[in-house]
Amino acid sequence: MRFMSLIRINEDNVPEGGPDERLMEEMGTLIEEMSKAGVLLDTAGLRHTSEGTRLHWDHGKLSVVDGPFTESKEFIGGYAIIQAKSKEEAVEWTKRFLQIHGDAWEITCELRQVEEAPELS
Amino acid sequence: MWRIESARVIAGVARIVRDIGVAEELAQDALVAALEQWPVAGVPDNPGAWLTATAKHRAIDLVRRKEVFARKLRELGHTLEEDGAYEPDFAAAEAAADGDIEDDLLRLVFTACHPVLSTEARVALTLRLLGGLTTPEIARAFLVPEATVAQRIVRAKRTLAKADVPFEQPHGPERVERLSSVLEVIYLVFNEGYSATAGDDWMRPALCEDALRLARVLAGLMPKEPEAHGLAALLEIQASRSAARTGPDGQPVLLADQDRRRWDQLLIRRGFAALARAEAAGGPPGPYTLQAAIAACHAHALHSRDTDWRRIAELYAALARRTPTPVVELNRAVAVTMAYGPREGLALVDRLIDEPALRGYHLLPSVRGDLLERLGRHAEAREEFLRAASLTRNERERALLVERAARASLAAKGR
Repeated sequence: MRFMSLIRINEDNVPEGGPDERLMEEMGTLIEEMSKAGVLLDTAGLRHTSEGTRLHWDHGKLSVVDGPFTESKEFIGGYAIIQAKSKEEAVEWTKRFLQIHGDAWEITCELRQVEEAPELS
Repeated sequence: MWRIESARVIAGVARIVRDIGVAEELAQDALVAALEQWPVAGVPDNPGAWLTATAKHRAIDLVRRKEVFARKLRELGHTLEEDGAYEPDFAAAEAAADGDIEDDLLRLVFTACHPVLSTEARVALTLRLLGGLTTPEIARAFLVPEATVAQRIVRAKRTLAKADVPFEQPHGPERVERLSSVLEVIYLVFNEGYSATAGDDWMRPALCEDALRLARVLAGLMPKEPEAHGLAALLEIQASRSAARTGPDGQPVLLADQDRRRWDQLLIRRGFAALARAEAAGGPPGPYTLQAAIAACHAHALHSRDTDWRRIAELYAALARRTPTPVVELNRAVAVTMAYGPREGLALVDRLIDEPALRGYHLLPSVRGDLLERLGRHAEAREEFLRAASLTRNERERALLVERAARASLAAKGR
């Protein structure tokens, strides 16, 4: 089964200067380990919401709004697509991702199973 | 957690005790210790390292006890060496405790897929030791009783111990042969999952994911081995078609008829990347890389009419030179037909008619019937469809072939 981890970050709780060298290094190691374990299918960080655009469909009416979006402090900072044998396994990998961030960060990873073609059942 | 760490723990311990059966037991002991201690003392920062350290500690203890035991026996006047009995090397064991984990994992892969073992045993051992599957899970996936799998695993471990199979990576010419055994085991697991049909336990299709993961792990462990990347590429691309290969009623959908919008683009992209790595690793492409290249040709075609059949025919020709089997030849004939026409295809198929390996293989008359039909030789086509119908074990396919025979018969009379 496949899971998407939506990495949510609160604007007010990002350490100054973003990720430091140590975090980048450990992140690289973890990404390599997860790729080699055949678990990590894809991952990326997303650029700041101020560069983003929201397209909204409201019963036939289209509206387009460019960032920044002031109404919410929380934004999706990145994602990871994980192939795991069970939800528990996906949770375990996600824990490891969070733990390397140390005490300076506050992050929420929302794990969602990817809807795949109905299994042969 | 166990599924993530088990292979690494077992591999690390096996290097010390040189016996994968003992290694698995020690690894499980460490897990039991973890289940007892963690709820009380808290989960350590690095659970994997904790498990490995604990299991290795026990392994060194075990080797040390055996050493003491052997010395006592010697003192009693026994000479173990003469019996060829176990001669532990404590210094070596301790030196081995700090080995390179990737090297250990490779040793584990090669040992689990050792040619002294039957194919079933290799598959069971690989899934258990490297895939982290339990015995009941393997049994469910392969539709065999749990006791059968348990026995296969016990026997396999015994065979390895008895044959004194060293816990080593093979080198030189032996390595090529041993690697092909490893790749074959993974491919077999994938195909077992791929052949799952409607109503099967979900553990069966899940074998595709297990195999895919193992293939990725192997490619990561042997980045310079083109065929490891080739196999990974082949499985990624084949797996990308999963959603499209069965219809709403569970009936199989042929490649040409699949809704290609349902192919998994993420897996296709990963397959292309793995294929590029296989090709970049150099040397003439091996059978898995060639099959991956063929699969990639299909993946590149947004519609089946856009398929580059000339390229596929070339790749099949190369594959036939590498692995000259009748089934490959038959596939080549189909590709040649698509690229150059039925006359050219039929010339190849006709050479296979007396092939003993294809006797009883329904696809030979089925393909031949199709070619004859296209060439307007309806009466002969009818004969071939009927023969194919009598050979297939798939009811749906049989009905289809009988129908084609009837149509060919009508066409023959209409002339």
